[in-house]
Amino acid sequence: MANSESLEKNIVSIKNLSFSRGSRKIFDDISLNIERGKVTAIMGPSGTGKTTLLKLIGGQLSPDHGQIHVDGQNVHRLKSKDLFNLRKRMGMLFQSGALLTDMNVFDNVAFPLREHTHLPESMIRTLVLMKLHAVGLRGARNLMPSELSGGMARRVALARAIALDPLMIMYDEPFTGQDPISMGALVHLIKSLNVALGLTSIIVSHDVQETAAIADYIYVLSEGKIVGQGTPQQLADSDSEWVQQFMNGNADGPVPFQYPAPDYLDDLLASH
Amino acid sequence: MFEFLENLGKATRSNFAKLGRSTLFLGHTLSGISDVIPRPNLLIKQIYSVGVLSFLIITISGLFVGMVLGLQGFYTLSDFGAEESLGVMVAASLVRELGPVVSALLFAGRAGSALTAEIGLMKATEQLSGMEMMAVDPVKRIISPRFLAGFISTPLLAALFSAVGVIGGHLVGVGMLGVDDGAFWAQMQANIDFQQDIINGVIKSIVFGFVVSWIALFEGYDAIPTAEGVSRATTRTVVNSAFSILGLDFILTALMFGDM
Repeated sequence: MANSESLEKNIVSIKNLSFSRGSRKIFDDISLNIERGKVTAIMGPSGTGKTTLLKLIGGQLSPDHGQIHVDGQNVHRLKSKDLFNLRKRMGMLFQSGALLTDMNVFDNVAFPLREHTHLPESMIRTLVLMKLHAVGLRGARNLMPSELSGGMARRVALARAIALDPLMIMYDEPFTGQDPISMGALVHLIKSLNVALGLTSIIVSHDVQETAAIADYIYVLSEGKIVGQGTPQQLADSDSEWVQQFMNGNADGPVPFQYPAPDYLDDLLASH
Repeated sequence: MFEFLENLGKATRSNFAKLGRSTLFLGHTLSGISDVIPRPNLLIKQIYSVGVLSFLIITISGLFVGMVLGLQGFYTLSDFGAEESLGVMVAASLVRELGPVVSALLFAGRAGSALTAEIGLMKATEQLSGMEMMAVDPVKRIISPRFLAGFISTPLLAALFSAVGVIGGHLVGVGMLGVDDGAFWAQMQANIDFQQDIINGVIKSIVFGFVVSWIALFEGYDAIPTAEGVSRATTRTVVNSAFSILGLDFILTALMFGDM
């Protein structure tokens, strides 16, 4: 159980988490903590279940073993009403942005406010414009999601995620497929919002440079285990071959370039 | 042989599992209807997109079906010198059978497929998941209003279909083939029973509306979130809706009109 001191310090604490999909083990007994007010990154190659981890934290999936506490509450023991109340304090930024395609930018950002508060329309307008201004898209309020570029859609989704002033935001691959300018804008936004709004940010990503630039602490996952952790500097200096391969993007190393296969020569000659 | 049995078992199991999921889904959807009532705007928007936008196809199809009935009915009835009964024949066929059945089939093709594709794509683009993470129940916010809109729209569309069909029958029978105008309407009034014909027809279309909306929304919600998955789900909506409508029509007709 989370004692009060660690509760004060950690907004998310994961203990002995195991999760499988079918016969495939995605997480094998991992434990990690996410500190309040910090930007914590969870990194690892594609297919290591980073997005799954966010869904577990958000209570959209249930673990096979272990516990996840968010702000002192055991996510998977909550009744659905309490879980929904907890989710109002968690923002999540999906990879695609997940904007509602039948509403314009303004209504998308207003959506959580209209669903969860009884504020008058004039106040909703003020709040929405403030959130949109924070992501630099106040002028795009009348555009439909189909008219936005990928980077803009993500910024609108970010404005929507902070609409209810959450405690923390989870970013699912925020940098994937962005041009350098949108990438720069997102990197800057994530860091500055974290400070300005007093948030806690969890970034799931495999973009090493961008993530290392803003993260306070990094966990590196591979094959269901945590294979490295520390500040970006500590990881860069790590003597683990695996972490070195990942951080430097080497083609070959502990993660082999070749998918497991029978011996090359035998394979080529096998048809004869 | 073993493989055949194994596949049969697998298919049976997955169908039963799907039936179970769809029943839970229906319960969840129905429980969300109480949240739709205080927000009429959500409902009106959906009634517009599934109901009002189906007006044209229903009106035109109704007109042609009525015209064909007028033509076919006239040739058959005139063999017996009973052309005056054309009005009642056209109206009874439409109100009892063709109105509810054909309008439900058209509704499944026009609105049901659109609902499945919309929900399936919302799932594929993480909009439903995103809503869940914003602490909004997607079933209550997205599915329930659409379900209610489909349920309300189908009987109204069936009524429109029958009404336009009667006009079509009149156009051909009275306008072109020279059936007596007074006899056309008088026979219809005298022989169409409100309880037996009209109410039963309305009950049928309510049942069809319920089933088609349920199938369309569930297939979308249960779709595999890929382009191929959504396309398959849309096909299943149209096929399963057609089977259900025609099968249920037989059962309902037997219950309503048969002496079983």
